[in-house]
Amino acid sequence: MTGLLITSGLTVHYGATPALDRLDLTVERNELFVLLGSSGSGKTTLLRAVAGFVRPDAGRILLDGADLSGLPPHRRPVNTMFQSYALFPHMSVAANIGFGLRQSGVSRAETRRRVDAMLALVRLEGFGARRPGELSGGQQQRVALARSLAPSPRLLLLDEPLSALDQALRRDTRAELVRLRRSLGISFVLVTHDQDEALQVADRIGIMRDGRMAQVGTPAALYESPADRFVAEFLGAANILPCVVDGSSVALPSLGVAVRAARPGVTGPGLLALRAERLRIGEDGLVNQVEGVVTDSAYAGDTLAVSVRLTDGSVLRVKRSLADGLDTAMMQAGLAVRVGWQPEACMLLPE
Amino acid sequence: MIQRSRARLWVLAVPVVWLILLLGAPLAIVVLIAFALPADGVPPYSLGFTLDNLWLVASDPLYRDALLRSVRVAGVSTLVCLVLGFPMALAIARAAPRWQNPLLLAVMLPFWTGFLMRINAWIGLLADDGLIVRLFGVSRLLYTDAAMYIGMVYTYLPFMVLPLYARLSRLDPALMEAAADLGAPPWRVFLRVILPLSLPGVAAGAALVFIPALGEYVVPALLGGPQAQLIGKVLWEEFFSNRDWPTASSVAVWLLAVLVVVPVLVSRVASRVQRDRSATNRPMSK
Repeated sequence: MTGLLITSGLTVHYGATPALDRLDLTVERNELFVLLGSSGSGKTTLLRAVAGFVRPDAGRILLDGADLSGLPPHRRPVNTMFQSYALFPHMSVAANIGFGLRQSGVSRAETRRRVDAMLALVRLEGFGARRPGELSGGQQQRVALARSLAPSPRLLLLDEPLSALDQALRRDTRAELVRLRRSLGISFVLVTHDQDEALQVADRIGIMRDGRMAQVGTPAALYESPADRFVAEFLGAANILPCVVDGSSVALPSLGVAVRAARPGVTGPGLLALRAERLRIGEDGLVNQVEGVVTDSAYAGDTLAVSVRLTDGSVLRVKRSLADGLDTAMMQAGLAVRVGWQPEACMLLPE
Repeated sequence: MIQRSRARLWVLAVPVVWLILLLGAPLAIVVLIAFALPADGVPPYSLGFTLDNLWLVASDPLYRDALLRSVRVAGVSTLVCLVLGFPMALAIARAAPRWQNPLLLAVMLPFWTGFLMRINAWIGLLADDGLIVRLFGVSRLLYTDAAMYIGMVYTYLPFMVLPLYARLSRLDPALMEAAADLGAPPWRVFLRVILPLSLPGVAAGAALVFIPALGEYVVPALLGGPQAQLIGKVLWEEFFSNRDWPTASSVAVWLLAVLVVVPVLVSRVASRVQRDRSATNRPMSK
């Protein structure tokens, strides 16, 4: 089975700098694909190229096997939910949601019926006659979502759809998005720079860097086995130590110790990446251990972040679960501790 | 607190005094003279109260036709300015940012030379042996309605372009993209999104063109035909040639009435259309 959306060699230049650099990507049917990257990594440009607002310099965009490249935006079976919502201020909520349906020649009566269904879907029954300006930010955002969903696009593009909302509303809307997508069976491509959001909603994540895909995979695959240092540090913080790998034995030359990894890496010099929450302090029975001194700690309610300086001067950040309560002793700077971890926590990366 | 509100009063006093001195007082004098009796002497009227002057202007075909003709000329000029000015304003608003100021400057550049000089230049261009007649092979332009309209549109076009540009440049480009994204071809994006959202700019531009165009007498006098009696010229002649100040003032009062009544009617109709449209939208959501 081929993917729903396929880009191959997609290149877009803004002036001399490439915003997209020979980008290859496949989005499957019925998938919520999240594009994650820092600003300037090209994720919005990719979205705009698929929607037709940016003309690629090279490469192809296929939707269901048909080449979209030559089509203007209004002829593409793709809808966008804009970051600013871009609701038509001079039209009622109902007219906004019905706009796409009317453009595709759906009758007035049928449009009315589908608009009512959409209003129910986003839980805004009875708001059809209002103007967008009379709604709260969260309501506007739901109207924008309903408007982009109403024409039943084969692919919905969402450009930072939640960035303008506060925390609680974000959480609700996030759950709403996942629910809607399951019930409608439309593929979503969602752009964000919020990694928590990406990990929670995505079927698969594509991490972008300098106009290219750094790595594509399920949230767990990206988090557990990042391809390189960039991905490891971008998606969740990671401690990075230089090492020399020999099978599953990992030597840390600057500390003068060797540790064991669960999965053997490529023999030779490399990097050892350790997630802060996989490290433990002052526990026995761990396969890998190094010694250090607590320099700093930060209390965050459910966790305690402790910085430990190792003998070579490098600092490990340890996120300690407070499941068993707060041990204030750990918060004392200068305390000598052992930091330990299991072989499964070792992520071996190329240098 | 009291100090503060007193300071605010002083700040307000400046525009209030300005309005009273330069708008209210002259207007009151004009209205007063419109009700006064004509007289020989200096000044050429004696204060009193009569409706004869106003009635004369309303009933005498000379004035009435001139007024109606002026409304038509101003209306047509406004319409042509709108049709020409909208694409210009849209093009400037869509141009690359570094081009927008030079283009706006080009629109305003004619104001930097004298108005009469520019109209005289048009006389040369439109004359029987002028460039335009020879280039397009038309038989005759100068001293016709066509020449008058060319001059009117030329004079007032910037007043249409500037408010339209101000409005269009502030439209969120994402709105146009959203409409296209939802399947609207460019012409429908224009009709359903750009045009409705630019209506305040259209109203401002139309008012800025229509109001001065209604009283315009220089352009018709210099470029139009001799039969073209417009209300501005009639007013001028009553005042300076006939020294009939009460009649001239009555013409001015009627002119003002048209200028106030027409926009009010237009906005009434516009708001009714708006209401009807939102009424047809309402059943959509019960």
